[in-house]
Parts: sequence; C-alpha cells; structure tokens
Amino acid sequence: MSESSLQDVRAVNGGGSWFHRNQIAVTPWLFLAPGVLFFIFYVISPIFQSFNVSLYDWDGLGEAEYIGLQNYQDLYWEFVDRDAFFVSLKNNVIWLFLYLLAIPVGLMIALFLNQNVWGIRLYKSLFFFPFVISQVVVGLVFTWFYDPTFGLLNTIIGWVGLGPINVLGDERFVTYGIIAAGLWPQTAYCMILYLTGLNAVDPEQVEAGRLDGAKGWKMLWHVIIPQLKPATFIAFVVTIIGALRSFDLISIMTQGGPFGSSRVLAFYMFEVALSEYGFRMGYGAAIAVVLFLIMLCFIAYFLWSMWKEEKGAR
Amino acid sequence: MRSILKASIAALGLAAMTVGGTSASGQSLSGDLKIFLDTSNPAPRATMEAVIARFQANHPDLNIETTVIDREEYKTQIRNFLTANPPDVATWYAANRMRPYVEAGLFEDVSDLWDEPEIAENLASTKGAMTIDGKQWGVPYSYYQWGVYYRKDIYEELGLNEPSNWDEFKANCEAILASGRKCYTIGTKFLWTAGGWFDYLNMRTNGFDFHMQLAGGEVSWEDDRVRQTFANWRELIDMGGFIDNHQTYSWQEALPFMVNGDAVHYLMGNFAVAPLRDAGLTDDQLDFYQFPVITPGVALSEDAPTDTFHIPANAANKEAGREFLRFVVSADEQTEINNGNNLGQLPVNAMSSVDDDKFLNEGFAMLSSNSPGGVAQFWDRDAPAEMAKVSMEGFQEFMVKPDNLDRILGKLERARKRIYK
Repeated sequence: MSESSLQDVRAVNGGGSWFHRNQIAVTPWLFLAPGVLFFIFYVISPIFQSFNVSLYDWDGLGEAEYIGLQNYQDLYWEFVDRDAFFVSLKNNVIWLFLYLLAIPVGLMIALFLNQNVWGIRLYKSLFFFPFVISQVVVGLVFTWFYDPTFGLLNTIIGWVGLGPINVLGDERFVTYGIIAAGLWPQTAYCMILYLTGLNAVDPEQVEAGRLDGAKGWKMLWHVIIPQLKPATFIAFVVTIIGALRSFDLISIMTQGGPFGSSRVLAFYMFEVALSEYGFRMGYGAAIAVVLFLIMLCFIAYFLWSMWKEEKGAR
Repeated sequence: MRSILKASIAALGLAAMTVGGTSASGQSLSGDLKIFLDTSNPAPRATMEAVIARFQANHPDLNIETTVIDREEYKTQIRNFLTANPPDVATWYAANRMRPYVEAGLFEDVSDLWDEPEIAENLASTKGAMTIDGKQWGVPYSYYQWGVYYRKDIYEELGLNEPSNWDEFKANCEAILASGRKCYTIGTKFLWTAGGWFDYLNMRTNGFDFHMQLAGGEVSWEDDRVRQTFANWRELIDMGGFIDNHQTYSWQEALPFMVNGDAVHYLMGNFAVAPLRDAGLTDDQLDFYQFPVITPGVALSEDAPTDTFHIPANAANKEAGREFLRFVVSADEQTEINNGNNLGQLPVNAMSSVDDDKFLNEGFAMLSSNSPGGVAQFWDRDAPAEMAKVSMEGFQEFMVKPDNLDRILGKLERARKRIYK
C-alpha cells in the first residue's frame, strides 16, 4: 500500500524518467532477466529445436531433408516389431518403477540411523558414501561384482549352490542388474533427505502420539511419515529424474548390450544420433521428443502439486 | 607493461614480415599447420610426434600445432571440428568410414597428390580404399593384417598343425575342446570383434565380391548365401568353440583367456600381438596363420584396415597440409613409422621395407601374394555406419542365441531397406 502511494507521490511530482516512475515494477524483471534469458536460450529453445529437427532426415553434416512425421512412423513400427525402441521404452518403465524402491529403503536406513549411539556420524557417512562417488565408479564396481568368471556375486551365490549367472550378459537380467547398481547411490541420497527430515519431526507430536498409545508401524504411518511429506516429495522428484536419465551407468556397464537389451530411451537417442555409428539426428530428436513427453507428465504433476502446496500455505 | 606490449607487437610485425617474405618467394612453407591426431595410445603417439618433429626440422618456418585426441572420443568429435574449427591435417579411416565426410564436402579432394608419380606408383595398392566417386580423399599411413593368432605350444602339445581348410579347422577345434580348453577367445561387448568373424566367414564362404555387395546393400540378408555363412558360423558355436560370456568382455578383457591357455585362438588384427607379448607370451608360444579356405575355389581375401590422413575442406593451410601428406607417405618415413619400435604395422609405400618381425613378415607376405580375391577394410568401415551398428549387434545376438537367426536376419533386412534407400 505504502509502495503505491510512494509512486503516486513521485508521479505527481513528475520526478525523473520513465524508469524512475516504474522502478518498482521493473526491478524484479531486471533481476530475473539473466536467468530468464539463459533459460529460454538453453532450455526452452532447444526443446522446440528438437521438435523441428525430428521432422528431418539429417546426418548432422550435410543437407537436412524434410520428411514430415516419418521418424515417428519408424518409431511406431519399431514399437510394433518389438525392436530397439520397444525395448528401450520397456526398460524405461522398469527403471521408473524399480528405481522408486530407493525411497522406502532410504527411509528404512534413515530411521535405523536416526539414533544417538557412539560413532553414529561415522555410520551415517559410510551409508552416504556411495552417493559421493561418481556414477562411473559405481558402474565399474558393479561390473566387476557381476563378472561371470571372477566376480564376487557368483562366488557368493556359489556358496548356496546357485549360479553361475552372467548378469550383464543375459538379456533377462541385465536391466535389473544395472538398476541394482543405480539404487545403491540413489538409496543413499534418499536416506540423507530423510535424515534431515527426521531432524525436523516435532517431538511434541511424537509424545502426544505415544500418550494415545501409538507405537511401531502405527506411529510411523500416522505420525512420522506425514511429517516427512516434504522430504518424500523431494526424494520422489530426484528419483524419477534419476530414473529417466539413467544414461551413465548403462554406458559404463553394458553399452546398451547384450544386443541392445539394456538400452533406455536416453541411451538409444545418444546411440542413433551421437555415438560412433550414429548419424540419424532427426531420429534421435524424435526419440528425445518422446522422452520429453514422458517427462512432461511428471513435470506437470510436480508443478501442479507444488502449486497446490503454495495455495494451501496461503 | 607497455614495453612488453610494444615488444610483442614488434615481434608480431616481424613474424608477419617473414611470413609475407617467404610465401612470396614460394620456396619453403610457413604459417601455421594444425594437426589433429587420434593416435592417443602411448606408442603411436610418440611415433606421430617424432614424425612431426622431423617434418618440422625440414620446414623450420612452419609453426606446427599438434592436438592429440583420445581415439574413441575422436570418432564423435571429428564431426564438430571438421565443420566448426578445422585443422589442416586430420587422421581418419579409409573406405566407407570416410564417406559421410566426403559427401558432406568436408574432406579435401587430394587426387592431385595421387597423380604425382611418387605416390601413384608406390601407393597403388591402397588407392581403391581411398577412392570415392573416382577421386581420392586422403592418404594412408599404415595398415595391418587380420588373421588367426594361436598358441603354438598348445598346438604342439596336442599334435596339431595349422589348418588349410574348414574341416581341419573344425577338427583342430574338436581336439582342443577335448583337451578341456576353448578354441576361440573373443570379447563382443563393443560388437566390432564379431564383425571380424563375419568378415572372414562370409568372404571364405561366398567370396570377396559377394561380401562387398552385402556391405553395399545390394544383396538381401535373407539370401541363402548369407544363411550359409551363418550356418558355418553356427557349426563353431554349437561345438562350443567360443569362450563363454564373451558378450561381457572387451577385446582386451578377452586376452587373458589366450595368455592363460584357456583358449587357443584369437581372430584379431595385428595390434593384438603387442599386448600378448607384454603379457609374457614369447614368439615360440605365439604364432599366426591365414584364415583357412571354407568353400573350395573361392579366392582368398583379407581384412587389412588402413589408417589415413586427410585435409579438411575448410583447412587454412592446405599447401602445408599437402606437403605433410607427401612427407608421411614417403618411403623412408613409412619404413620408420611402421617398424616394430613404433607402430608395428605394415608400411603403405611399396618402396619401404617391412620391419623384421615374424608377424609383420607373415602378414606382409599374405597380403601381397596370398590375397588374390581382394583386400577389405573391415566390416564397420566397408558397410555404412548405421548398417554396421545394426548388423554387428545381430552378430553378437547370433553368437549368444543362434536360434534367433531368422528374427535377426529379418531385422537386418528391414534395416537394409531403410538405410540404402
């Protein structure tokens, strides 16, 4: 209220230029401008460029030839024939669902570590450790772990008379094997989110719950978890994003193999457009568009729930 | 500060004057020469740096700038630097592998170099691999043979001889399997190793010309002749000849099987010899033979991938680039860079001498006198990139699941119709 009256005063006085008169309305936009410009230039415009490129047949070097929706039609036929695109899409769905396991497991570990015993800080940091090391290292460690001849996994299951299995060489297991490797750091990430969330749990509510006779699962489900809602939301967001861009582990561990059975959309896109043998920019862009549309569902959901939260808070 | 600035301006002016002076006289080379190399492994890198140092000594006014890029990275980066920031000389590969860049007009036509008698006469054997649309687009600097490397000591222990035909090849394998070893080591994680097996099986079954027609998309993948190749391959697979779990290994990870004596053969390029020797195999334990005849009467042909130098079409100093190409292929340089202390490969210049190495000598003899059918580059250099990728994935799947053959061939046939148009 006072702001507008101040402006009015200035306007009456006829004080200064247009900028001076509209200073308060303009300033936030000026501060936002660099961010907005970069966002438009590096995020929004590439999205539309991808749409555009996906309508062309282009090797990235020569002339691009307009082919309409041909690339999408090819994708459709690959889907129908259960070819590479089908496999990638299927694997993406598997990734999305199984990767979410990181959330409950992370919560469990967080609850387990949320106690005051001697040396708990050390245990916490040990559990957090896998998130600190690079995905490339995680991939290599698990590749050796799964190795069919000298890997630890086959030694261990050998003790109970099973195996040997070649996890990364068998098209039935390979995706699950890579997801397991991805869950290791992702669980640690969710755990740290929940640990900070647990610090913010109101002890009075826990006390009140205890007086009402709640304990164990009931306490967890009705008192603790509702209070962890912000942490759960963030854990959900980062896990979904992590599942959709599961590129590095696949690249390190299998290169999409054996015979393409561990590809996901992101890797397939890279392969057809940018890898050693990839010269189909248009086709890669079409895959990127499909991946974007999948992500858009989640982005819309995230934005919607954040908007709802903001409205509720008001 | 000001004096430094002044001094450097003066130096620049001086440099500009000398540049102007020498180029006007047209005697020696000057200016900048930017060279991009993919020879990132230690030995090739040192070799190339030595070559450039010698070239520099001949042309002291030339300011040479060398950039070495990781060999695998290079394969994707070349697209960017050829269009955006081209060097004056760049390494690459022969045959179809250079086609995308030739068709996009990114490589300089160097047919004029190939008209010079020095090159025309001495490099005739590799001219075909450098030719697209009747023009030459670069020069080779090295090539190497492929073939069967095997453990001689195990052959002696089992009383086997180098096979000369398919039946002996299989009989040897039976004997090796009976002794509790595997016949062939291979790591197909990166797919191309399976392409080598396909090259040889198809060239021996159907001949060089058919193989090239297949690479060129002129023959159906569901053709009976292609099926015959796979049927031959399947005999080895059903026998259990290949090591287990090869789809999880790179070619380097497959080496220990041979070193430890768990597998006896390796169908590979000559570059496998160095790591095998480093791992402790002596020349008494390691030997080489040409892939045996499968269909009698089919002329033998070989894989001999050629590494090349090119001048990008947008290069700034093409004059110096051409001079460097002339220098690299000269007889003396070829002898030097391909000897056992450097690349350990075969020189492309007919006037060069091959280093006195058992494997180089055998390979040279094989390629020059016992490959009447022709010399192929390699599957992923002869076939277009997309087809190579799809097909090598199919080869890998076939080696793991030979029963899927019909589905694989159907998929390759669909890919062929799409890729070659």
